[in-house]
Amino acid sequence: MSELENKAEHGSTDGAGECAAGDPKDDKGLGLGVVFFMVAFVVCFLSGWLLFPKLLYSKHEQPFNFDHALHTWEMGDCDGCHYVREDGTWSGIPDLASCMECHTDEPMGFTEDEAIFCEEYVAKEKEVPWFVYARQPDCVYFSHVAHLNGENAAGKMDCKTCHGPIGDSTSSRPYEENRLTGYSRDIWGHNIWGIKKNSWDRMKMDDCADCHVEMDGHKGYCFQCHK
Amino acid sequence: MKVDRRSFLGLGLGAAAGIAVSPVAIKLTDDSSIWTQNWPWTPVPEDGEITYDHTACSLCPGSCGLSVRRIKGRPVKIEGIDGYPVNNGGACLHGIAGLQYLYDPSRVKTPMKKENGRFKAISWDAAISLVAEKLKDLRRKKMSSSLACITGSDKGSVNALFKRFMDAYGSANALSMPSLEGNLALTAATLHGADHTIGFDLENSDFILSFGAGIIDGWGSPVACFQANASRKERHAKLFQIEPRLSNTAALADKWIPIKPGTEADLALGICAVLLNKNIFTPGEFGTGFSRFTAMVQKAYAPAKVEATTGIPAAQIDALAQAFVKADMPVAVPGRGRGDYGQSLREFAAVQTLNALAGRLNQKGGAFVMAAADYLSFPEAVMDMTAEAGAGKDKLAATVPQFFDTLAASSAPAVNALFVYNANPCYTLHNTAEIKKAIAKVPFKVSFSSFMDETAMECDVILPASTFLERLEDVPSGAGLSRTVVGLSRPMVKKTVFNTKNPGDAIIMLAKAMGGTVAESFDWDSYDQCLESVAGDIWDTLSDEGVIVLSKGAPNETVATDFSFLSANPAGAGTTGQGDFTLVAIDNLRLAGTVPAASPFAIKTVSDKVLLNKDILVDINPDSAKAKGLANGGDAKLTTALGTFKVKVNFDQGIMPGVIAMARGLGHTLANNPFAGGKGVNVNDTIGPMIEEGSGLDAAFGTKASISRA
Repeated sequence: MSELENKAEHGSTDGAGECAAGDPKDDKGLGLGVVFFMVAFVVCFLSGWLLFPKLLYSKHEQPFNFDHALHTWEMGDCDGCHYVREDGTWSGIPDLASCMECHTDEPMGFTEDEAIFCEEYVAKEKEVPWFVYARQPDCVYFSHVAHLNGENAAGKMDCKTCHGPIGDSTSSRPYEENRLTGYSRDIWGHNIWGIKKNSWDRMKMDDCADCHVEMDGHKGYCFQCHK
Repeated sequence: MKVDRRSFLGLGLGAAAGIAVSPVAIKLTDDSSIWTQNWPWTPVPEDGEITYDHTACSLCPGSCGLSVRRIKGRPVKIEGIDGYPVNNGGACLHGIAGLQYLYDPSRVKTPMKKENGRFKAISWDAAISLVAEKLKDLRRKKMSSSLACITGSDKGSVNALFKRFMDAYGSANALSMPSLEGNLALTAATLHGADHTIGFDLENSDFILSFGAGIIDGWGSPVACFQANASRKERHAKLFQIEPRLSNTAALADKWIPIKPGTEADLALGICAVLLNKNIFTPGEFGTGFSRFTAMVQKAYAPAKVEATTGIPAAQIDALAQAFVKADMPVAVPGRGRGDYGQSLREFAAVQTLNALAGRLNQKGGAFVMAAADYLSFPEAVMDMTAEAGAGKDKLAATVPQFFDTLAASSAPAVNALFVYNANPCYTLHNTAEIKKAIAKVPFKVSFSSFMDETAMECDVILPASTFLERLEDVPSGAGLSRTVVGLSRPMVKKTVFNTKNPGDAIIMLAKAMGGTVAESFDWDSYDQCLESVAGDIWDTLSDEGVIVLSKGAPNETVATDFSFLSANPAGAGTTGQGDFTLVAIDNLRLAGTVPAASPFAIKTVSDKVLLNKDILVDINPDSAKAKGLANGGDAKLTTALGTFKVKVNFDQGIMPGVIAMARGLGHTLANNPFAGGKGVNVNDTIGPMIEEGSGLDAAFGTKASISRA
């Protein structure tokens, strides 16, 4: 009888034999599989939580340290530097000319950062290449004036609601940029899982929509932000 | 211990499970979807500070005020300026698309010189010295009069600099292209005295009798006209439109009166006859020739005769005359279509006479006879013997069409050098083939065009002009506007897009290169400095506010009317050629009949009933068409005295039988511009000129034509 015929008659013995209990060799195989599983699980789990965020974002230091707290104290409030222009447009981060309304190429104080600013930028009349933490992508149209000078409560928001207590900070944190998308990390939020505790922790579309639902009872329409 | 298949399975499953409970998957899904929206080749405009700056538009004679939205100095959007004394917040489609002219593919990017029939880029210095040497040579040979200059208009300081150059050089042959403004100035000079123009107070009139004027089809200052028309309903003002075709203006009018093409002047004189016969005219300061005029119209323009000429029943003419004088503030408006090309002085004068007989001169809602805007004070040009001699000579021709007639007729070159600025005679004038032959006879031609258009292609040197968004210039109003406004066009870009200059600067550079008294006449470092000094008193307001109103409201003076021109009963323009049909050129707001050609955006808005892909459609009455076996949308051969042209047919119930209408502004042959170029037929290729005696205007409103199925 050929081997083939033998198999046909008695069925394949390979699987039955291996599955039979009590084979010490097989136990070892399963045990090793579990070990491999556990090791891989732990490595990937930890990498996903700890290594992945470090790989995903590149860090950039600001050109020099900026003391918001000092400037808010000097200027009175945020709107001393960031304001809605007469025509309703948003001034954003002040340009060099605006800074030079107070600063000259001679430092006013004694900090190293101001010295860098005066020497490298004011004296050379060069714009400071700030990294903007809160910059939304180009496909998003955001109107500051509608959120600051609007008629109802929704139109009279506090800067902190979206930007957090940045006005109290005395130093600039590093700017983190998503290597894949080029967006600031502040848009997704610092929690890699996207979990937020404060309203300013994340600024994705859903966060805008949540607030709009709360204030207006409606998410708003696509074209309101995506022109 | 054996690492087997199950171990790997465990490894894989462990890795998958580990990743699944980490944020990697959800984060990468989100990021990769964003990544696909940010391909590096997707153009993203540069972000930056937004500003709104004011400028004035000089694309057409409308002189609207424009607000330009700029991001970090780069212009991105054009709108009208609220409260501007011409357009009050409005803007036409050509104005809002003005940005496209900055990057137009047919822009001349640098000075050019023609060598062996091909253009070659040269530097500004080389181009200026080349032109200067040629001109110096002519001057040395005592042939300064053989330089001619054609400009798009004669208003504003840049055109004045060209004229000044001609004066200082020693040539009287400075001419400007036909325009509504020119036609109105000529009418005013004929009827009321030189150095005047006529404005029509459309926004106050309660009865506008329009002799084919395309009030919403681009006549005059288009946006001001749209607004005057839009307010008619609130003001209970009426518009009667007299023209052979149901144009947009006619469609919105209270009454459309179809008339045989080219007989508008006869109707106006017929109405004059009724007013005089029935003694329902308002006597005024009617000087020379009034009695002769009265006798002439009563004899030659009796209603029955006018009925035969115009096709409008005598009773209707009578009713029209009565309605006109019974209205509180009527005004009659001349100028078919845009009122610039193919117009006759006879027609303009006849319509303006109607205003005079109805007592509507310098009355609210009527026709204002206004002093020509005179706000520039140039110092006297320094004239040497050659310049004086040139000034003493007669002009070769009174108008540009007549000039080309003279060129074509002479065997030796009638002029040896020609400047062309802001004009495209090889496209705009009738019988372009002949115009091109005539211009080829001129040995040295210099173009100051921004675009490689039909005329620039014929020239030997091009000194490219910056577009209106790239330069400083005063922009005076005109073209029938009832007030005099001067706007300021300001550079809306940080630097010119190409290696171009303000033509004012080019002419100053050229004058300096000429040396001698010509250079002495141009004692400015730059055009900007020149404008500031010649604008004198108004410069501060003009530069601060961007606009100044020099006059508004009815002029407070009585106007005399001289009837001697019309009392001789000048002949009307007929049509040449043979055929059962009369082909007329019509103005379409979405196209440009002159320079620059319509922008890509404007071309896209043209109806499929005018331009379908690359084919032009001609309007024809279905009854006339069916008699010729034509099908709606079908191909046809249109034949005039100048040739046979391939067209498509558009059945239009709103056109008189026996008339074919073709839009102006198509059939361009522009270098590298597939948007406006190579589409349809240029109507000016199909119609020959007909120079009106006495005025020199090309009064050809159309031509005889035949049409058959292709």
